[in-house]
Amino acid sequence: MRLMSPTGHLGFTPIEPGSFESGLAAKPDAIVADSGSCDIGPYPLGADHAHSPREWQMHDIDLIVRGARELGIPAIIGSASDTGTDRGVDEYVEMVREVIEREKLSPVRVAAIYSEVDPDVLRGVLKDGVTIAGLNGRKDMTPELLDRTARVVGVMGAEPIIDAFDAGAEIVITGRSSDSSIFAALPLRAGYPKPLAYCLGKLLECASFCAEPYMGKETIIGDISDDGLILEPMHPGQRCTPASVAGHAMYERIDPFTETVPTGSLDLRDIRYEAIDERRTRVTGANFIEAPTPSIKLEGSGKLGERALAIMGIRDPITLSYLDDVIAFARRKVEDRFGPAGQPGGYELFYHVFGRNGVMGYLEPVTEITSHEIGIVVEAVAPSRAMADEIAAMGSRNMFYARLPEVKGTAGGASFFSDEILQARPGYEWTINHVVPVNDPRSLFRTRHLTLG
Amino acid sequence: MTANTDTKMKLRDLASTIRSKNAGVDHITFDVIFRNPRYFEAAQGSDGLTAERVATVYRIQPEDIVSFVAFEPAQAIKFTIRRRRPSGSPGEPDVFGSQMYPPLFDIEIPVPNPA
Repeated sequence: MRLMSPTGHLGFTPIEPGSFESGLAAKPDAIVADSGSCDIGPYPLGADHAHSPREWQMHDIDLIVRGARELGIPAIIGSASDTGTDRGVDEYVEMVREVIEREKLSPVRVAAIYSEVDPDVLRGVLKDGVTIAGLNGRKDMTPELLDRTARVVGVMGAEPIIDAFDAGAEIVITGRSSDSSIFAALPLRAGYPKPLAYCLGKLLECASFCAEPYMGKETIIGDISDDGLILEPMHPGQRCTPASVAGHAMYERIDPFTETVPTGSLDLRDIRYEAIDERRTRVTGANFIEAPTPSIKLEGSGKLGERALAIMGIRDPITLSYLDDVIAFARRKVEDRFGPAGQPGGYELFYHVFGRNGVMGYLEPVTEITSHEIGIVVEAVAPSRAMADEIAAMGSRNMFYARLPEVKGTAGGASFFSDEILQARPGYEWTINHVVPVNDPRSLFRTRHLTLG
Repeated sequence: MTANTDTKMKLRDLASTIRSKNAGVDHITFDVIFRNPRYFEAAQGSDGLTAERVATVYRIQPEDIVSFVAFEPAQAIKFTIRRRRPSGSPGEPDVFGSQMYPPLFDIEIPVPNPA
């Protein structure tokens, strides 16, 4: 079975059409693409906004739907609209409908699988005495954590997707789903070995990132048999080499040997990569360790407050040499009016000093400023819009008025990009990165079947 | 002591890839990939790229490094650090965790000269 992977994040940047067409010409058995990532931060999930422009999402969905219908093959689009909320699934279903109707394609059976989880369901789970364990060193879930959370999605495995195809679906749009599971679903349904099915997903999830030289949004085809996987790029300038595929196997994960899905873990300790020719690599040796109980990963985001920004710069070498004092002076002015920052229900104020540690923050080892100028982004988060605006204004304008021992000017220790407070998106935080045990890996998800066209 | 037959080289000259990226919302993971097996071996030595040296460079506690492994299939050293706050929180500077690797460039590693 050969799966075509055209993009690592549908809609984030448009799919490159050249290698996509080559992929279709190679007659794959299905097209699979994930559209989600936590990398975009907690705002899109918490506020339930699409992160990618609708035009780009539509561009990619159009290619996939037309391609799949032309070849008469199934398609799976996972983690609809970046976060996999119910709104995202519904919007993607409507985009599929738009393509089918615009192109006058024959009717197609679509399954929409929803993955939003009502916080009350989780409250009930906690009440029953079940532990919803924190991942990666987080504390276990509490009702208080749910109170701080605006929206939760469960990360589905392959099981609800397999069911949707069993019920006759030709195109499946899912809420939040794990990358490896959306690729594993059809091979598992066809009876291929579980370790290889999930390993295929792990390697295909970011499309051309598993090939070299580095290119984004180019199509890769992965071929699964009972003996192993074969990866082949569709862009003529790319190669899937043992080094490029192995390099991708460890991408964006805590450790390179395991990948957890609802029913267990993919174990890559004995994995082997061998070149078939210059452009194709064979992968064997994956294992799968079944979990004693299935579990579903939960992602949740909660609002911290309204957010405002101000942008300023400093050129005066005297002010620069007293920079920490200048920031402390401005912070004190804000504290005089609003009290200390970081109190529960209160405000937060951050100075991002570009030219010192604006990029790396507390992880920056270089402490000395060696540039003749620096840029500062003042970031304020507060319970109300008016308060966020005022704190950003006070926190930036008082850098202008800072009283320094050697200052040579008057009211002008800093420059303003424009004396303007920029209203930013509200501040959100990843509140939930937890895992809930379930009796059945399907139980948190709901499927709607419909015929479009 | 093999110091007399070693050449000190910077990690940026030994590795073919040095990158950082989010691994989920609470961690940043670093991949250092070597093309030359001799360099990969040198980097795994006790004076090589170790968790202790990484903790020193980033001025973090050793327990903030939650994983530090050599990944033979890719000739890579991979380590992961826990973020102080989740990615994308207010005040966090790098939502993708993608610009956290440059301090690794200048780490010096003794490479045994070929016999």
